[in-house]
Amino acid sequence: MSANTTTLFEQLGGPAAVEAAVDNFYRKVLTDDRVSSFFDDVDMDRQRAKQKAFLTMAFGGPHNYSGKDMRNGHAHLVARGLNDSHVDAIVEILGATLRDMQVPENLIQQVTAIAESTRKDVLSR
Amino acid sequence: MPTVRYETYSCEIRENESLLDGLLRQGAPIAHACKAGSCGSCMLRAVDGTVPARAQQGLKDSWKARGYFLACMCRPESDLTVAEVGSDARLGATITGLHHLSLDVLRVRLVCEAPFDFRPGQYVTLLRDDGLARSYSIASLLDESELELHVRRIPNGRMSGWLYEEAGPGARVQLQGPSGECFYVAGREDQPMLLIGTGTGLAPLYGIVRDALKTGHRGPIHLFHGALRTEGLYLREELAALAVGHANLAYTPSVLQDDGPIDLMIASRFPKLDGWRGFVCGDPTLVQSLKKKLFLSGIASRDIYADAFLPSAP
Repeated sequence: MSANTTTLFEQLGGPAAVEAAVDNFYRKVLTDDRVSSFFDDVDMDRQRAKQKAFLTMAFGGPHNYSGKDMRNGHAHLVARGLNDSHVDAIVEILGATLRDMQVPENLIQQVTAIAESTRKDVLSR
Repeated sequence: MPTVRYETYSCEIRENESLLDGLLRQGAPIAHACKAGSCGSCMLRAVDGTVPARAQQGLKDSWKARGYFLACMCRPESDLTVAEVGSDARLGATITGLHHLSLDVLRVRLVCEAPFDFRPGQYVTLLRDDGLARSYSIASLLDESELELHVRRIPNGRMSGWLYEEAGPGARVQLQGPSGECFYVAGREDQPMLLIGTGTGLAPLYGIVRDALKTGHRGPIHLFHGALRTEGLYLREELAALAVGHANLAYTPSVLQDDGPIDLMIASRFPKLDGWRGFVCGDPTLVQSLKKKLFLSGIASRDIYADAFLPSAP
């Protein structure tokens, strides 16, 4: 397969890359004072599954997310004050997670752009 | 609204109501305990109609194929006719021994009528004749002749009250299960392990530790048992003796009134746990907190095994 037909998801390493990233990503989220309070009461296993689905999507992998899911899934958090600063934090943490994994910067930019594209739905705009 | 039929009962399931709650509302005697899709005691069989996938989550494939589902997790979308589960889902057993381990913990030993396959640390649902059901963790090993459960006396608890006051050796019960993912998986026998339980959270850990040692686990094994007061600690001599016999086992009983919260103690004693395997059992709030602490201390989420003891719902 030539380089230009390889998908972002394949370049990142596919499902194995998601599995390798998810614990590190989730640990950063839980210890980041800007966003950790949103995760205080949630069940870890369920949350990890959600993080994995989110990373799969952001990595350009197969997913079933719709804008409506994003809205419904975050509406209760918007009511609790979820705003742009929190989305900024998550996008930043996502980038830091990929840097820990030595992912090349051009791929990181593509991943954060996908994550960024959910901002409007996440914040119910 | 979909209509559900069970024996002579029939009811329309209301919005935001489970099939279990609907049938209970009509007075149907359905065994149940946690009402959270965990204990499995409300399992029924769909005879006619379609059960939503969510109501079969976590069940064995052979059970799913037979239409078994959990009534508490079932919000039917269309009419359903349901029935008791078949005898293949339950196993008769006889209580052979009842022994006080502490003021409020009873060791219940049972002999099953047929071979019962389980992993120490999984849990089983005990059903009385009248359908009363409660789940307990398995503290015994597979090759031991009796199944061992640790039952905490709950104020006004019906099952624990019955076991304490009325049931004697020879009493007959039924078992359903086993369920649960909290057990020792062989392999990586040099991996250090940390096990923390409060109250009867010791029961699964007692099974898991002995299972690991018997399987030949060589890495260090740290077992912590917390109880509010000294009287709540049990099996102290057995565990101390086990630790004397196995150089890699360290057993630490902790009186929480004196030592403070066990999750803080663990976090300060084990700040770095990269590469470890962790087990936490007992009080749900504590289990959730400890899971998070172990994870943040570096244990990979796939290496964290937990069993939160959910209280029985009314």
